[in-house]
Amino acid sequence: MTVLAPASAEPHRYLQAQIRWHGLEIAFWIAALLPFLLFKTYLVLASQIAITALFALSLDLILGYAGIVSLGHAAFFGLGSYTAGLLAKLGWGEPLTGLVIAAAVAGLVGYAASLVIARFRHLALIMITLGMGLLLHEAANSASWLTGGADGLQGVRMWPLLGYFRFDLYGVTAYTYSLIVLFLVFLASRRLIHSPFGLSLRGIRENPVRMPAIGAPSSAHIRKIYTISAAVAGTAGALLAQTTQTVSLEVLSFQRSADVLVMLILGGAGRLYGGILGAIIYLVARDQLSGFNPQYWYFWIGIMLIAVVMFLPNGVLGGLAWLRAAWRGKTA
Amino acid sequence: MIGPLVGVLFDGFAYGMLLFLLSVGLSVTLGMMNFVNLAHCSFAMLGGYVTVSLMNDLGWPFFATLPLAFLAAAAVSVVLERVLYRRLYRASDLDQCLLTIGIVFVSVASAAYIYGTVQQPVQMPDYLQGSFVVMGVNIAVYRLFLVGAALAITLILVAGLEYTRFGAQVRAAVDNQRMARGLGINVGGVFAVTFALGSGLAGLGGSLAIAIVGLDPSFAFTYLIYVLIVVSTGGLGSIGGSFVAAALLGISDVAGKYYVPQLGSFLIYLVMLGMLMWRPAGLFGKR
Repeated sequence: MTVLAPASAEPHRYLQAQIRWHGLEIAFWIAALLPFLLFKTYLVLASQIAITALFALSLDLILGYAGIVSLGHAAFFGLGSYTAGLLAKLGWGEPLTGLVIAAAVAGLVGYAASLVIARFRHLALIMITLGMGLLLHEAANSASWLTGGADGLQGVRMWPLLGYFRFDLYGVTAYTYSLIVLFLVFLASRRLIHSPFGLSLRGIRENPVRMPAIGAPSSAHIRKIYTISAAVAGTAGALLAQTTQTVSLEVLSFQRSADVLVMLILGGAGRLYGGILGAIIYLVARDQLSGFNPQYWYFWIGIMLIAVVMFLPNGVLGGLAWLRAAWRGKTA
Repeated sequence: MIGPLVGVLFDGFAYGMLLFLLSVGLSVTLGMMNFVNLAHCSFAMLGGYVTVSLMNDLGWPFFATLPLAFLAAAAVSVVLERVLYRRLYRASDLDQCLLTIGIVFVSVASAAYIYGTVQQPVQMPDYLQGSFVVMGVNIAVYRLFLVGAALAITLILVAGLEYTRFGAQVRAAVDNQRMARGLGINVGGVFAVTFALGSGLAGLGGSLAIAIVGLDPSFAFTYLIYVLIVVSTGGLGSIGGSFVAAALLGISDVAGKYYVPQLGSFLIYLVMLGMLMWRPAGLFGKR
């Protein structure tokens, strides 16, 4: 899971080497533009993928780097969604400010939750995150005067992006918008996890007992990254609400929390690209497979999940990294 | 005034016992073996489908299907334990969660494939239907039967774990695997049997529960959450704890839905969060 630095390398040198852009990364982001040229009919799906990838990225920040397992991360996604949706419904349909406000609301609730989260680990933590997710789902379901309950939030009207680009039926604006937000948040996360702060997060993941012993404020670090992660999840939720111009109760569901966890693990946690790759594989496969048997899609995702846990403990990316290391070992 | 209150209490207690029957197996596997088995309700669902198939297609009497539900769930779980679970006993919580969520997905899709997504019709025998009135309180026969079954299973399990040779071996294997192995206990075998027992109980609980809660492929997900709540608030590995937690949960759920219906399940989740924050190891948890 961890990339070991040679013992002699200076810490600055090590961090510098991590920050450098790899050729494959640049190629990946250029490839993200391909749907505009090649798959014009799939732009709506592409924007869904970008949004889900952003959500998976937010989970990666806490799960992959700080080792906090969450079965209720959809809570923050849904908070962002409802905030953005309600703002637009109440007459403020400007997308960018809506996005920022939604992220702030999710981050604020995330901070409040982190005060609790930082105190628990293991099963209690899993149960508490699960419980918080369910609680919020029930709350949104009960408060139907505000959220529309099980019928979803109707009447969300978005203004054109930057006053010029309308959200069209083909998803051109939706994909552009989602991709840019994803890229910007990705840049910020990349910077964050390669900072000394990111390094100490990995320390917490590897040994939560030792980190406080060497003087690192574990709980404060966990509170910070949890808040950031919640804000990013809220951003993703807001994007979904704004691009689809509707909010359904499903944004808060346990299913969504489980799905995003599956994607992240599928791609490989703790690698930034893992969540993005996982979202691509998962959503494209669902789009293709549910074409002929929608009900049984979960059978295949279940089989994939079991296979990943049993044979690819670090996900698809981890498997690729292992192959590459094996190949290098042979040629060297 | 008193009549409805006692009625709600009884219904809540019966519902709690239903949850207890579903979750007691998980209290054994998760609590004793420390394996986060989210697929527990898939075994319960299997038991439910075995009962439904035998009754509706082959015309078996209800009671004759119960042992088969237990055996079917236990047999399937042993196979899974030997092939998959066993390799993850020392893995992280997360890996165990993910593997078992995968199994839940597969079981839900398989059930949908074989039986369709509709609710299965469950027709209980006549002598378990109907209700009678005691001092102004309406008591359904089947609910009374559930309470009795739950009490009987609690007694058998507690006695079995405390006073039999096998129970002592299980406790030894759980407390200190290496020492138990050193004393010549076949730890792998003990775990396999314990796991089969836990899943078999799930199967039994499933076939007892369907008459009240119904059965469709989403069963494995819907009741997973309740079962987890019972086990984690009751305390890992404490059968008595699960019993108390299930009773409290059942009563607060039924009472909540009766007196403040607009809150829905909100109350249960709130109670669970509060209890977990107060005592992260559960009410009667030792670890």
